[in-house]
Amino acid sequence: MTQPASEPEMLSGGEMLIRSLKDQGVEYIYGYPGGAVLHIYDAIHKQSDVKHILVRHEQAATHMADAYARASGKAGVVLVTSGPGATNAITGIATAYMDSIPMVVITGQVMSHLIGDDAFQETDMMGLSRPIVKHNMSIRDPNDIPSAVKKAFYIAESGRPGPVVIDIPKDMTMPNEKYPYEYPDRIKMRSYNPVKKGHSGQIRKAVNMLLQAKRPIIYSGGGVILGKASKELTQLAQQLNVPVTNTLMGLGAYPGTDRQFVGMLGMHGSYEANMTMHNADCVLAIGARFDDRVTNNTGKFCPEANIIHIDIDPASISKTIQADIPIVGPVKPVLKEMLEQIEQSKLKMDQDALNLWWEQIDEWRQRHGGRYRTDDSERMKPQHVIETLCKVTKGNAYVCSDVGQHQMFAAQYYKFNHPNRWINSGGLGTMGFGLPAAMGVQLSYPDADVVCVTGEGSIQMNIQELSTCRQYGLPVKILCLNNGYLGMVRQWQDMNYESRYSHSYMDSLPDFCALAESYGHMGIRIEHPDELEGKLEEAMAVTDKVVFIDVLVDPEEHVYPMQVPNGAMSDMFLSKTERT
Amino acid sequence: MRHIISVLMENEAGALARVVGLFAQRGYNIESLNVAPTDDETLSRLTLVTKGEDRVIEQITKHLNKLIEVVKLVDLTEGSHIERELMMVKVRATGAQREEVKRTCDIFRGQIIDVTPTTYTIQVTGNEEKVNAFMDALSGATLMEVARTGVAGIARGDKSLSL
Ligand SMILES: Cc1ncc(C[n+]2csc(CCOP(=O)(O)OP(=O)(O)O)c2C)c(N)n1
Ligand SMILES: [Mg+2]
Repeated sequence: MTQPASEPEMLSGGEMLIRSLKDQGVEYIYGYPGGAVLHIYDAIHKQSDVKHILVRHEQAATHMADAYARASGKAGVVLVTSGPGATNAITGIATAYMDSIPMVVITGQVMSHLIGDDAFQETDMMGLSRPIVKHNMSIRDPNDIPSAVKKAFYIAESGRPGPVVIDIPKDMTMPNEKYPYEYPDRIKMRSYNPVKKGHSGQIRKAVNMLLQAKRPIIYSGGGVILGKASKELTQLAQQLNVPVTNTLMGLGAYPGTDRQFVGMLGMHGSYEANMTMHNADCVLAIGARFDDRVTNNTGKFCPEANIIHIDIDPASISKTIQADIPIVGPVKPVLKEMLEQIEQSKLKMDQDALNLWWEQIDEWRQRHGGRYRTDDSERMKPQHVIETLCKVTKGNAYVCSDVGQHQMFAAQYYKFNHPNRWINSGGLGTMGFGLPAAMGVQLSYPDADVVCVTGEGSIQMNIQELSTCRQYGLPVKILCLNNGYLGMVRQWQDMNYESRYSHSYMDSLPDFCALAESYGHMGIRIEHPDELEGKLEEAMAVTDKVVFIDVLVDPEEHVYPMQVPNGAMSDMFLSKTERT
Repeated sequence: MRHIISVLMENEAGALARVVGLFAQRGYNIESLNVAPTDDETLSRLTLVTKGEDRVIEQITKHLNKLIEVVKLVDLTEGSHIERELMMVKVRATGAQREEVKRTCDIFRGQIIDVTPTTYTIQVTGNEEKVNAFMDALSGATLMEVARTGVAGIARGDKSLSL
């Protein structure tokens, strides 16, 4: 069917949708069919450019798309049906929203004329998703589909990224109703114009403040990863010899093995990171949002520090902590301009003061430095498992985590030297994220080492995806730190409820290795510390199937340091018996 | 402090829900809200009155600005401005009350816009203070119904909220 170039091709709404995705450069979409999207699925069947991955639960589709976005920086795409398909996607949309991850979620909807009638599989997805999306739109005219898709990607990926939902009533995709197709090159919106650079005057003030600091620290977050500014951050820090801490979302933006890196900060941050923050006289916050899991009690936060805050989202600035110098803008150009201005500035940092500051920081490092109990060589320490994983994968794996103690151990003990490698649900803390996330990454990076670090609780929230892994040959490694407990819950019960373990023990766990084998995968159980490294190496060498590595770890281990509730950043429990 | 925020937004389905949802979701207070089309049919104008500390108001305006359909907004209370509200009140008006209500109405330059042998319906316009004062002045009478539009506002002088 050839047509003269000048005349647009005639396509149905469903075909236009898929063609738009192709023209947008989308390779994979993750989804699950159902009544409201059957026309769209038929359009998928008729082409081969956009490949569809059939998950086993819509939540998994959203996490796959989300993790693809976290690894690649490009929006992931989800397609689900109306009603239960849409509601099953909600957790994943909220997860992406909380971490500002670009995603385009296409949901089917009942026929336009049935909307509002409580029709079969009707839910108000516009209303349901509104508080957890950057934007959502409903298609009223099939002609609008290409521009809606373009707009969705533009909104999802620009400014502070986030998920966008496109709700499409079934009658917008009728196979026999054809419309002229044209995919717009660009989109311009009078009501949405994200900032492109920071205010030079503000940047000058910030540079002056920073160069006059005696005890500075850079506190950088997920915004540096989303803003692809890892290089500029590293250059700034190293040029000025300033210590760097990363948030849970920001790990990897600054090399984790570098001397100037003091570790993650916050609730389970390193002793030295929290101490350095608390005692700083200048905090340069870059793409971080002073989350309550970072600041602890805001009234006691960094009592002596001037705060410089760079963020693309003005609403993140002075929300919980008042910024002395706010800079609204994308982190990359702002950091570039800072570097230029520093170059030209007559001010130089006070090296003596900085040396003293480093002496102090090194002393804090000596005091704790991420130690954990190793006196009983029979007990498998989860921290040691992660350190060994880091060693075996040479610190280069994509680590996709679930939520719990294992997540914190992974954040603390895997040293990320590159951005986009640490993939976890920070803002929402979604158990069940890990496995589908690992799948989303593995699919697009088939040769990379992709490890899902999980717990026996979290993995069971999306374990059905072992089947999807099999269907698409995704050889992710599942490293389950099996402590037999909802460990993070148990830790809080130890600390705050006199060890009354109300529903934090899971009886009747499956034999995970046998379960994995039943899907055609491989299972490896590790029970003794002596066999850890060898078996991890064996597992990582497998390239054609999932390996479920079930590691029986010490159930009594706690994550430390842990901030004392309502205290300052410097108030921490350092072990079961010590506190600052 | 009390703030009057006027918002120009795309005249699209769902835009209003987003504004209202924002206030509900983040626990901001809305005292009154009014929305209507403008001279430009692609835009509607929403004016809301809210109270809060400066920090909260700053967050409110930032979050409103973040909504994709919001084109422009202004906090009218930051400069000199005019605000108006229209109220209709239906009062029982019988016997001696009838004269009394009419007198009060005149003092406030209200208009009686509907009459029955036992009721008056009065229309009053003014800023919030005046409208409230009128309600207070009527306290002796039996109020049957009150309908207020909520505040609309506009900046004084050359400044204008337009594209
Ligand atoms: C969907 C969901 N439900 C509940 C929680 C609360 N929660 C946080 S951590 C945790 C325990 C996780 O257990 P497991 O996966 O075994 O990890 P562990 O802490 O033992 O390493 C729970 C229940 C959550 N984060 N997400
Ligand atoms: Mg567990």
